[in-house]
Amino acid sequence: MIPFLIYVAIFVIAFFVVKAIAQRTAIADYGSLKTVTFGDESAVTPNRAASVISILTIFLLWGMFTGSALLPKFLHAPGPFMGTGTFEYTASNGDQTDTATVTVVVHPIDEETDAPEVAPGDGFAKDDSIAIGVWRSGLLRVDRNDELGRDEGVAVTEINGTPVEPGGSVDVGFGTVTISDKGTPNIIPAKGWQMEPIWLPAPEAVVQRIGEIASAGFRGSTLWEHLGYSLFRVVVGFFFGALVGIPLGYAMGLSNWFRGWFDPIVEFMRPVPPLALIPLVIIWAGIGETGKIILLFLAALWIMAIAARSGVSGVKISKVHAAYSLGASKAQIMRHVIVPNSLPEIFTGARVAMGVCWGTVVAAELVAAEQGAGMMIMVASKFQNTDIVIMGIILIGVIGFGIDMLMRWAERLLVPWKGKG
Amino acid sequence: MNPVRQDATRIQATGENLMSGLSIQNLSMRFDLPNGGHVQALQDVSLDLKAGELMSVLGPSGCGKTTLLNIVAGFLAPTSGVLELNGHRVEGPDAERGMVFQQGALFEWMSVRENVGFGPSMKGMPKKEKDEIVNHLLDVVGLQDFKEKAVYELSGGMQQRVALARCLANDPDVILMDEPLGALDALTREKMQSLVLKLWKETGKTIILITHSVEEALLLGERLLVMAPRPGRIHTEYRLPFAELGVGQDLREVKKHPEFAVKREEILGMIWDMEEEIMGRTEESA
Repeated sequence: MIPFLIYVAIFVIAFFVVKAIAQRTAIADYGSLKTVTFGDESAVTPNRAASVISILTIFLLWGMFTGSALLPKFLHAPGPFMGTGTFEYTASNGDQTDTATVTVVVHPIDEETDAPEVAPGDGFAKDDSIAIGVWRSGLLRVDRNDELGRDEGVAVTEINGTPVEPGGSVDVGFGTVTISDKGTPNIIPAKGWQMEPIWLPAPEAVVQRIGEIASAGFRGSTLWEHLGYSLFRVVVGFFFGALVGIPLGYAMGLSNWFRGWFDPIVEFMRPVPPLALIPLVIIWAGIGETGKIILLFLAALWIMAIAARSGVSGVKISKVHAAYSLGASKAQIMRHVIVPNSLPEIFTGARVAMGVCWGTVVAAELVAAEQGAGMMIMVASKFQNTDIVIMGIILIGVIGFGIDMLMRWAERLLVPWKGKG
Repeated sequence: MNPVRQDATRIQATGENLMSGLSIQNLSMRFDLPNGGHVQALQDVSLDLKAGELMSVLGPSGCGKTTLLNIVAGFLAPTSGVLELNGHRVEGPDAERGMVFQQGALFEWMSVRENVGFGPSMKGMPKKEKDEIVNHLLDVVGLQDFKEKAVYELSGGMQQRVALARCLANDPDVILMDEPLGALDALTREKMQSLVLKLWKETGKTIILITHSVEEALLLGERLLVMAPRPGRIHTEYRLPFAELGVGQDLREVKKHPEFAVKREEILGMIWDMEEEIMGRTEESA
């Protein structure tokens, strides 16, 4: 809730700050002279400052709530209590009353720390000590070392002078002490607002983990091998999907018989999510490379067939007529008119297919794989290696984005006439 | 001097041939509709076009003028009737009958030069010979400076110049134009009309031009065919002097010709009556 409120606050404040700065340095370009911008789609362009602030804000919040070392200390959200705290408890059986001190040492989880030795002190209630890992809590049978304990009818009645019943709790400054139903104090040091690394590690921990896995590898394969396997499956599956799908789409676009024969199959298979095929493919082809490539082949096949089909159907009849009356043969029309005319559609289909394949390969690797990006995050999640999971998600996102950028770049280079016909 | 002319041995040969020209006899086109009815797109259309004649075709929508053009081009087969070019029957599209479309029929994946050279390339003409033709035609239509541009970078008027040049590069006997200037603005259109007349005179091609504009039909038609709808048929045919006049002088001068205004009013009235009749019939059936 608090991170969300901070996020909204940054959103609103940044909006007004950027607007104020933009007004001071306004350029009188054509767009800025428009008076009607609400509803004018062409007047809405992404505000670059907003994009930059948006990304920075995500990292800022991430750093703030994980106590990142990349941020100055004053920006951190309050962290969990660490160090030593004390509180007093008063034990009584009605006749006799005594007070003793409990020393609590809260230590980082990865540092084994023993409870400190404390002098027992006076009276029948003796002083106690306990060591608790940060973000954890500890039950302390304070009467264990006391001369008169629970068995003698003595119960904890006050914490730091505040009367307390079983089930009640008292704030002791560095945390809370709750009395259990049986009368045992449960010490809960303050957790602060930061996230525990097993839920969300700090950004630098993720970066460090990328470095570690890139050099040392994960589960017998280096990071590049894992990503390479995933990419290889996508490329091979997509390649075969296109190899079969494009000619199939052309045939469906050019012949009644092919269109009639394959339409029901394609139209049925197209809405079946490739993920739904994973179990069947595993049954048929096992969890090895073949199964994954068959799955990706099927994911790409229908998309490419439909793209090629609509590419052919989209050719303007006047272009075909023009080519015929310029003396072109059927083969020449295919090569010089139909194929180039359908290329933009095929590229669009290829972009979609690559995206779907990338998503499918990760999902397939989540189910079963020896290597791969999906397998990496799946295994890591079983061991609560959240940093590896986040690293994997980021790398999968970066690669998916990279594939799309590459396809767009190829499209601009190879089919500059897209949308110009 | 003119490579296209020199190359046009076919035209010169057919010039002395009595069989030369386009002959259409009793052409009818009737097709069934899915709902059981049928459409008589053309009924008993007959006409002869001598080599080198320029004929414009005018008529309200639905009169079958585009159907007629598509039959001549070979994209449609008539249900009955005979269509002959230079003594042989027309069956299917062929490079001897070039076509210029309204717009969007250029190949946007090719440069201007490649578009113009498309026909010769398909024939497998040697590169040197092809380049000569393309260069000459680009000069004729005034696009020499744009030859390496992509066609989508050109304005609408320039694109239609490319379409004309592409058609001429193949040296067809007949050029069929389906409202080639329909999408252009008035000024560009007038320039293009002059260009069409100039090309017609210089190349001596037989041209059939379909248009919606009465003025354009008068200006460009040595012969003018007015067609009537339902069923599509020839209504009236004119022989006009304006195309010849337009070759030598400004088209605006031609339009000032007293006969021009008279003919324009006459034809406009004719088409207006046809439209009224269609409207009336639609109201009755409704």
